[in-house]
Amino acid sequence: MTDRQVFSPLRLSASGLSCGRGGMALSSNIGFDLANGQALLLRGPNGTGKTTLLLTLAGVIAPLAGTFSAEGADPDSRWLHYCGHRNAIKARLTVLEDLSFWAELNGPTGMAPLEALAEVGLGKLDGLDAGFLSAGQSRRLALARLLVSLRPVWLLDEPTAALDTEGHALVTRLLDRHLGMGGLAIAATHDPITLSDPTRLGVLQLERAS
Amino acid sequence: MSAFAAMLRRELRLSLRGGGDVLTLVLFFIIVGAIVPFAVGPDRTLLAAIAPGIVWIAAFLAMLLGLERLFRPDHEDGALVLLRQAELPLSAIVAAKLIVHWLVSAVPLLLATPVLAVLLAMDLDSFGRTMISLALGTPALAAFGAIGAAVTVSIRRGGLIAPILIAPLSIPVLIFGVGSITSPQSSAATLFLAALSLMALALAPFAAALAISSAED
Repeated sequence: MTDRQVFSPLRLSASGLSCGRGGMALSSNIGFDLANGQALLLRGPNGTGKTTLLLTLAGVIAPLAGTFSAEGADPDSRWLHYCGHRNAIKARLTVLEDLSFWAELNGPTGMAPLEALAEVGLGKLDGLDAGFLSAGQSRRLALARLLVSLRPVWLLDEPTAALDTEGHALVTRLLDRHLGMGGLAIAATHDPITLSDPTRLGVLQLERAS
Repeated sequence: MSAFAAMLRRELRLSLRGGGDVLTLVLFFIIVGAIVPFAVGPDRTLLAAIAPGIVWIAAFLAMLLGLERLFRPDHEDGALVLLRQAELPLSAIVAAKLIVHWLVSAVPLLLATPVLAVLLAMDLDSFGRTMISLALGTPALAAFGAIGAAVTVSIRRGGLIAPILIAPLSIPVLIFGVGSITSPQSSAATLFLAALSLMALALAPFAAALAISSAED
């Protein structure tokens, strides 16, 4: 990769992390250590807490036990993008309005919205009501949100859901470039992801808590 | 500042393009006022005497009706989680939502008040005071409503709980709202109403933001 490093050094680490919903532990004793340019894939059968772990890392759910820290993160600004399996797309806004809104709200530090739309393959649909997008196109729009504001950490929940083969390649391309810029990513997915540099990729297998 | 403006723009677009929502509130407001003469009989003096109370009750109920769309759509499509991660503080996001909520639910009611004034045989003097009292009091209703909506956003069918939560908070607004139209010390009541609105508006964004961020998704 020839991209320059744009993110300052950051280290994500978790140890003994246990997360769950409604007081029931789904996965326990999770530990990982992630530095710039590295990605972690969360694998495991349904119901093993992949989404819960991502929401815990995003700060939406409190962990049941254990610690999670981000060394080197700028305390004055948000440093993570969460891309959940709901796309948060509003009908009644056009595709471009929706993306521009998130760019303004999160700080237009990345690509221009039109450029990001072209990047994710929605180039000609900028004036369309976002409610008319297909499931895969909605997913692409949700991914475009990661591009318009630069944040070092991406938390992706099933990024390839509803995407076609070309869409899978898109996710891989975006991840490759993000890691190349010194970004970090944690993704829960059932699909195989092959990065250009496989050494960047770690896998965390989640087991059902007994 | 541009993030706050973007938030306002988004909320306005979403509310105005779903044009039916605004019309529903206005029609509900007029209907509540319009059925009263049929229920209490066509006694013009009696109607004129209870008109301020009727208008305030209609406004209160209509404002409750609009609460559901404040946070619930964003909660359901996952946008609320992303708003919590936004660069703009959540309290500012709630403030923007609150401003737009007032603009699209209270202002149309104010514009529809002349219709109720005619139906309820109000004289011109109390109509004027009703307009002032609604303009000053509805921000408090909207602010308390926002707190109720935020507390119940993660509860399924929470829309029915929010009115119960905020009814006690809204009672002072109704008392001083009607008082500023009918009471002999109406100027004191008007000032109290304005104070209530200012206090509620100052507190609500922080209280609602706290409620949203402490709720598990």
